[in-house]
Amino acid sequence: MYCLKTQITKECSKSSQNGPMMKRIAMQSYKNESCNDSCNQDGIKEQIFELRDPSGMVEKGTSLLKKMEISVAEAEKRTGKNAVNMQETYTVYLIETRPVDAASEGTNPVLDSLWKRYSEFELLRNYLLVTYPFAVVPPLPEKRAEFVWHKLSADNMDPDFVERRRVGLENFLLRVASHPVLSSDKIFYLFLTEADSRLKALNATFRVKNPDKRFAEMKHYGDELQSVISQLLRVRARAADRLYGVYKVHGNYGRVFSEWSAIEKEMGDGLQSAGHHMDAYAASVDDILEEEEHYADQLKEYLFYADALRTVCRKHELTQYELEMAVQDLTSKKQQREELATGTIRTFSLKGMTSKLFGQETPEQREAKLKMLETQIEEGEEQVKERNAECDEFVKSAWVDIERFKEQKDHDLRESLISYAIMQISMCKKGIQVWNNAKECFNKM
Amino acid sequence: MMSGSVVDNTVSSGNSSAAIPTDISGQILDLDEDDDLEVFSKDTTLTDGSSFNASMQTSPASMINQYKFEEDADTKDIFVTVDNPESHVTAIETYITYRVMTKTTRSEFDSSEFEVRRRYQDFLWLKGRLEEAHPTLIAHPLPEKFVVKGMVERFNEDFIETRRRALHRFLNKIAEHPIFSSSEDFKIFLTAASGELTSHKKQGPGFLSRMGDTVKAVAAAVRGVRNRPQEFTEMQEYVEAFSQKISSLDKVTQRIVREQKEYLEELKECGPTYALWSQSEEELAEPLKNVAGCVDRCCKETEEQVKNLSDHLIPVLHEYVLCADTLKAVLRRRDNIQADFEAKTEALATKKADRDTESKVLSLAWASLVGRFPEEVKQQKIKGEIKEMRNDLDKAEDRLEWANNALKSDWTRWQKVMRTDLRSAFVDTAERNVSYYEKCLAVWESFLHSQRTDAEGNGKVDFS
Repeated sequence: MYCLKTQITKECSKSSQNGPMMKRIAMQSYKNESCNDSCNQDGIKEQIFELRDPSGMVEKGTSLLKKMEISVAEAEKRTGKNAVNMQETYTVYLIETRPVDAASEGTNPVLDSLWKRYSEFELLRNYLLVTYPFAVVPPLPEKRAEFVWHKLSADNMDPDFVERRRVGLENFLLRVASHPVLSSDKIFYLFLTEADSRLKALNATFRVKNPDKRFAEMKHYGDELQSVISQLLRVRARAADRLYGVYKVHGNYGRVFSEWSAIEKEMGDGLQSAGHHMDAYAASVDDILEEEEHYADQLKEYLFYADALRTVCRKHELTQYELEMAVQDLTSKKQQREELATGTIRTFSLKGMTSKLFGQETPEQREAKLKMLETQIEEGEEQVKERNAECDEFVKSAWVDIERFKEQKDHDLRESLISYAIMQISMCKKGIQVWNNAKECFNKM
Repeated sequence: MMSGSVVDNTVSSGNSSAAIPTDISGQILDLDEDDDLEVFSKDTTLTDGSSFNASMQTSPASMINQYKFEEDADTKDIFVTVDNPESHVTAIETYITYRVMTKTTRSEFDSSEFEVRRRYQDFLWLKGRLEEAHPTLIAHPLPEKFVVKGMVERFNEDFIETRRRALHRFLNKIAEHPIFSSSEDFKIFLTAASGELTSHKKQGPGFLSRMGDTVKAVAAAVRGVRNRPQEFTEMQEYVEAFSQKISSLDKVTQRIVREQKEYLEELKECGPTYALWSQSEEELAEPLKNVAGCVDRCCKETEEQVKNLSDHLIPVLHEYVLCADTLKAVLRRRDNIQADFEAKTEALATKKADRDTESKVLSLAWASLVGRFPEEVKQQKIKGEIKEMRNDLDKAEDRLEWANNALKSDWTRWQKVMRTDLRSAFVDTAERNVSYYEKCLAVWESFLHSQRTDAEGNGKVDFS
């Protein structure tokens, strides 16, 4: 892990006009433990978070960041009832925004702040994904804690994990805020400034009405797979940690036996050699756990695959959504045409009202309008046809690949389980050998 | 724990002739022989600790011990078991008694079977008496009064069971000891009804005489030993080192148990996670369920493994930690006996010197002032004192020689026993570990086998 702080101070001196803003983005007590530099220039450990493309992004059309400072300042635990009316504990993050006024740099302008939880960030990102399909939308930090065995943080409530996530969420917001297109999105702005997110409502409106059942099931499966593999990796890592301890403590036997053998006459040899076997036993755990890491990697691959699977399902939703939008659009246009043609107003429209208030249009105007509508309807029908075809094409090829994926997954994971069993067998055989050897030595005591 | 303060420096004459148990060959009782054989089998169901047959609950190792350790090829003629704890509630206190059963063919016992109930205090009394009678013999330690760390309740089931096993081992070690086992106190402990025991306890050296002994012992300890023979110094150095090593082993083993328990906690969550996963899968459901089952079975084996360590290795190590303390006390007592002897030697020499000087000085002075008569009386008085002191000194010398010899031979015996005990405890542990791994191996091999037959049947996987 390279030291972010030294990187940032270098960048800060480069883009000095952004100095105050950059400095203000503070990460409280970010622990960069492997940092060997004496990075303690500021009294408080205020580390500056570097935006990875420092050169141009901040200066170009990033209207939002020029107007406001954004930070995710704190994290807190909350408990409440969830959707299925069960008690749950979750973490909320404090989003702080402050308008930037270069002139009044010194006084503390009003700080807006609101608490949001991770799932709300997810909603925002999903919204952005759908609304700007051409954009490479910045990622969110991990949903669940890491699961490498030698790291201590293993659960979502772990303070280190929460802290790292806080940083990641802040990073996400800053990236979106510095994106030339995404930053001007209204919903994003509202997310930052309004507590009652409209995203939930919005999410409902662009939920797909008729997704292919199979894809919906696949998405659900992807969720489950991801959840269960994460849990498995976590549990396995903790168990590996403990197993390491068990083996290593046996090394102490080696040491003490050796010391003891020095004061014994007849028992000495047996003790000494038994001690060597205890040392061997203690040392054997390193290889055992190394092998287990390969198994963990195989599981991890499918963990990430689950995400890819979900992405495909989401893309299906997107194409389906676009089809549905096109159909909706076409339907409304056809309705408009009908209304114009028959003169009846079925739907409320401002135009309808104004025409009522200010008089009907001329036949020429109506004619022109009808013509336009006809064109639009034609185009709309083309579009619906296209999108339908796209949808079908997508469903067909996606499903073929999903089937292929399923077979691959079943095969691969079964292989993994078998190799896990083989590993366990190997570990047992080693254990048998060591303890049989030790027993022989003990018998000589 | 016996310290030097309860030392009785007078050797009761009854014990100065070490009674060796009469050689009774032949009569090994069937009951225990069968139990011995059963304990050696690999059938693990027999090592289930819930049965109250105490001879099955001792490890195979200590059963070997009871058999092999017959230096004179004497066949074992006394069998003692401690079992069946029961709690008694009186107005004043609540306490636990244990059933002590004895089967013996020794002639000094009135019958061949006895059953009595004894409480921990009674065991303490017995040990005290044995140590008083033989200050330089090495008695096996008793379990401690209560566990200081961990706030274990005196009436906690595990605690009672652990204590029961230790009391059983204690009595058996006494029974195996050539000198202790012929002690009258031991016999009374094993055979007397509760009332008899209480009245017998009241006999024995009175409080004041014990006080006197304590004072003497403290004085001796303060004086210190001048010319400790080299072999006893070597013994002391050994005991120091042994004490450290065995304490370390005790601690290491306890740490292993702790770590294994924590490992077990984590492992317990693995099986259910695989099972949960299997619910989302179709093709993979069966192998995943299978793996879940395997992990759960390994958990059970690990649990048993942990219990084994706690039940078998740790108590033995712990007892030898206490043994080390006993050895230190024994060496101290021997030192005190020697110090006492040295003190008396000095005192006598001083008295003799006094007598000589006095007789020179006085004869001149008195001769001039008084007649010869008082001086003679004085001389007689001193002669008398010297004679008494010489008697005391002779006794002290005997006592010292007896103590040294007793210690030397018991030291050899103790080392043998220690070696056997610890060897079997470690061999036993190694065997259990092997067995644990063998069982887990079988679990995973059965999984592999099931996958192979499945896969080959489906023609899917190549296992070459």
